[in-house]
Amino acid sequence: MDKTKYDWPSENDRSLIGTRVKRVDGPAKASGRAKYTYDINRPGLLISKIYRSPYAHAKITAIDTSEAEKLPGVKAVQVILGVGKEVNWVGDEIIALAAVSEDVANDALAKIKVQFEELPHLVVEEDLKQAGSFAKKAGNKTAGEPAGAFTDPDLVVSEGYYGIACITHCCLESHGNIAEWNGDKLLTYSSTQNVSGLPGQIGQALREQGLDVSDKNIETVCNYVGGGFGSKFSPDEWGIHVAQLAKTTGKPVKLMLDRNMEMEAAGARPSCYAKIKVGAKKDGTLVAWDSHSWGTGGPTGAGMPPLPYVLDIPNRSSAHTSISTHTGPARAWRAPDHPQAAALTICALDDLAAKLNMDPIDLLTLNADLSAGDRGKVYREELQIASELSDWKKLWHPRGDKTAGHIKRGLGVSMHTWGGRGHNSNCMVSIHPDGSVETTLGSQDLGTGTRTAIAVVAAETLGLPVEAITVNIGDSKFPASGASGGSTTIGGVSASTRRASVDARDQLFAIIAPILGVPADDLMATGGKIQAKGDSSKQLSWKEACAKLQVKTIQATGKNPDAGKGKLGDSGVGGVQIADVSVDTETGLIKINKMVAAQDCGLIISMKTAESQVLGALIMGITYALFEERIMDQATGRMLNNNLEFYKLAGIGDIGELVVHMMTGPGYDERGTIGLGEPPVISPGAAISNAVANAIGVRVPTIPLTPDKVLAALAKGGVA
Amino acid sequence: MPKKKILPEQPPQGFSRRDFLKGASVVASTGLMVAPEAAAAAPEHSSEILGPAAVPITLQVNGKPYSLSVEPRVTLLDALRNQLDLTGAKKVCDRGVCGACTVIMEGHPVYACNILAIEAEGRRIETIESLGTQGELHPVMAAFVNHDAQQCGFCTPGFVVACKAFLDKHPDPSREDVEHGLGGNLCRCGTYAGIREAVLEAAQTLKGGRANG
Repeated sequence: MDKTKYDWPSENDRSLIGTRVKRVDGPAKASGRAKYTYDINRPGLLISKIYRSPYAHAKITAIDTSEAEKLPGVKAVQVILGVGKEVNWVGDEIIALAAVSEDVANDALAKIKVQFEELPHLVVEEDLKQAGSFAKKAGNKTAGEPAGAFTDPDLVVSEGYYGIACITHCCLESHGNIAEWNGDKLLTYSSTQNVSGLPGQIGQALREQGLDVSDKNIETVCNYVGGGFGSKFSPDEWGIHVAQLAKTTGKPVKLMLDRNMEMEAAGARPSCYAKIKVGAKKDGTLVAWDSHSWGTGGPTGAGMPPLPYVLDIPNRSSAHTSISTHTGPARAWRAPDHPQAAALTICALDDLAAKLNMDPIDLLTLNADLSAGDRGKVYREELQIASELSDWKKLWHPRGDKTAGHIKRGLGVSMHTWGGRGHNSNCMVSIHPDGSVETTLGSQDLGTGTRTAIAVVAAETLGLPVEAITVNIGDSKFPASGASGGSTTIGGVSASTRRASVDARDQLFAIIAPILGVPADDLMATGGKIQAKGDSSKQLSWKEACAKLQVKTIQATGKNPDAGKGKLGDSGVGGVQIADVSVDTETGLIKINKMVAAQDCGLIISMKTAESQVLGALIMGITYALFEERIMDQATGRMLNNNLEFYKLAGIGDIGELVVHMMTGPGYDERGTIGLGEPPVISPGAAISNAVANAIGVRVPTIPLTPDKVLAALAKGGVA
Repeated sequence: MPKKKILPEQPPQGFSRRDFLKGASVVASTGLMVAPEAAAAAPEHSSEILGPAAVPITLQVNGKPYSLSVEPRVTLLDALRNQLDLTGAKKVCDRGVCGACTVIMEGHPVYACNILAIEAEGRRIETIESLGTQGELHPVMAAFVNHDAQQCGFCTPGFVVACKAFLDKHPDPSREDVEHGLGGNLCRCGTYAGIREAVLEAAQTLKGGRANG
């Protein structure tokens, strides 16, 4: 592809890109001044609460809200699911109300009377036999000749059962919205990953409810969001109810989910369990795969994860069964389907390596070219680096730590992939006569560092320090930018910001060129100056240059994609992670000694926040590998741990030493930006499970690897 | 108006999550999250019953007195957030587990979601807002920024306050001390690695500050 002026500067010409810039909104967050949706208070604000189903599956036979309506301070009561309708999970919404305070709203909920006729429910799915008619065939993929391949008598075959439980998103800022009408205009403050995409969704839903509102009159604002992880793309039903309640009452109405509702209804990552058979030649060359998997994502079941994962074993058959359960519906959770696919596939390959008496790193290295495209080279490099950083050659041992004592140490490895191409994005860059600079786009920063990356790109392009850039995001009235999901944000916003910044800079060059007496093409913006290339005697400071604009602000808009204006991003990454654990064979407790991540994501814009993404993914991965699980009770249909004391998140003492190695330089940088939010969260489950198997000599079949499961596995074998 | 005497003479001294909870339960004595045996053992407080209607109270927050009218059931956290617009402390678990609502009461970190506003009357309350501003960061805040000890940032104010209170009592902590002392706060994005470094840096900065005067 031809070089363009929009291309990323080459390594020698970068002063900010790839450096460790401090998060630009760090001070606002660390000082407690960042205002989240939950923190916004409006004059006359009413608080909304939702009456939710206590049953997993039931028909509503009677509703009486009269006592609630009579309660002083209750301003509106709105039935969502009327008599005759069915509820399909504990926590399904039935009635929304608005009152003058949270306490009054809760008092009103207690006065609502709803009667139900209970219907049969299923809320557990690990035992496929229990699923009955709720289980449906959902996909069957075959390549090569798996049946024939397994008949080869020289094939070494490993068979096993593997699984990974359903977890919830557990955003610390629960889902919620504030709706405020001003005439026919609706303003919503929403805790969302999708600022630009919300007004259209809200407008459509309200019009379906008979409210006459135009999308152009809806504005969504979200400056800070307290976690999303894939669960906050839509306004949600409750976001529509608050808009209706606000219309009815003529007051702003706020609804933030209570913790139990957040856990039960606002996000779940589908479970997946599988019986897997995998075969290789004696030298480790992978030949054949056969899996039958099942899992649930709630009422609509769950599709098949990409099995086998990463490595396209030549002869393969993968069948999947989807189980519909009466549980809160699934939502996209970081890298949808991939953590499940990694946990199932890489654990099965690790067991095969053990059967082959082979180091699993050697097995993965040998078969790395079964990955897509030419990524085998990336994996081999990453396996090598991760091996060195984890001291693998010294610390790894064949399965089962044979040293004396009840603390057994082991190492495990996993690998993963993701796409991460940039989404559609528009960015407007403004250069004002006083020298101030704004970038304006309808994006959002989930804590990934989006604001910081935008500032770095604009500052680099304009030759300014990061602090010189004001980043305006979080408002749907700004130029539209995509939802933050699927690791698409960095590719989108960095490209639109780069293109807008280059065009704005060139407009400034065109004005300055005659003043300095050099052609505009010979000017450069660097170190807070506009100067002639190679002649620093011809220069103006940034402020002096902008003053030449007199009273006219420069504005330029950039977009992504934009064919012909530089190849700024790509798709497709690989990553490798290694876990080093110690297992107490008397208590079943697992301690993380160290986690190593080697990750590529093309050109890194902001190194500090990129590393934070990987560190955070490792910690989130440790959490789901060891602690996290949505525990459902089949007898009552309820979630038993819909709170933070029994829904376990890792604490600061649970994480061990964390080492992050970002793959940069030749072979990586020239690909441009690629997203990073998903990939590093995929491998921890498999890496940690494999490390535990290496330590204790026996596989703990399902994640989370809780002490009871460790002890149960040890009771069947291993080193204890 | 005379109030029930329900505060302990000696505020809780500990900083681990366990001690933190114990402390909070003694202070609250409402049974909100008191373990059953502790609740049974708690002495009966026999004096006037307040509420359910709102009662006037004065809270000492960040060095200033605030006169409020609150129902006895209103938590300190809700009073701070809803009446004083001090929104740095967050409600996340709402039952004394996650530490997002941490404030300092009489020099000790407490879960503001587990303390009633009426119980906090007469106690010195410090919130994140009193420690520093965006322009003038407290050394703990600055260390959080330096080590990128935050992602979405929702747990961050609670962590910063807990760190400040921790360092007041443990000016020269080891990494193990940090992991124990900050075990009462939870993060979902996974910022603990940065927090660990930030606390150690802030300890050095604060020590330098003390040495200099």
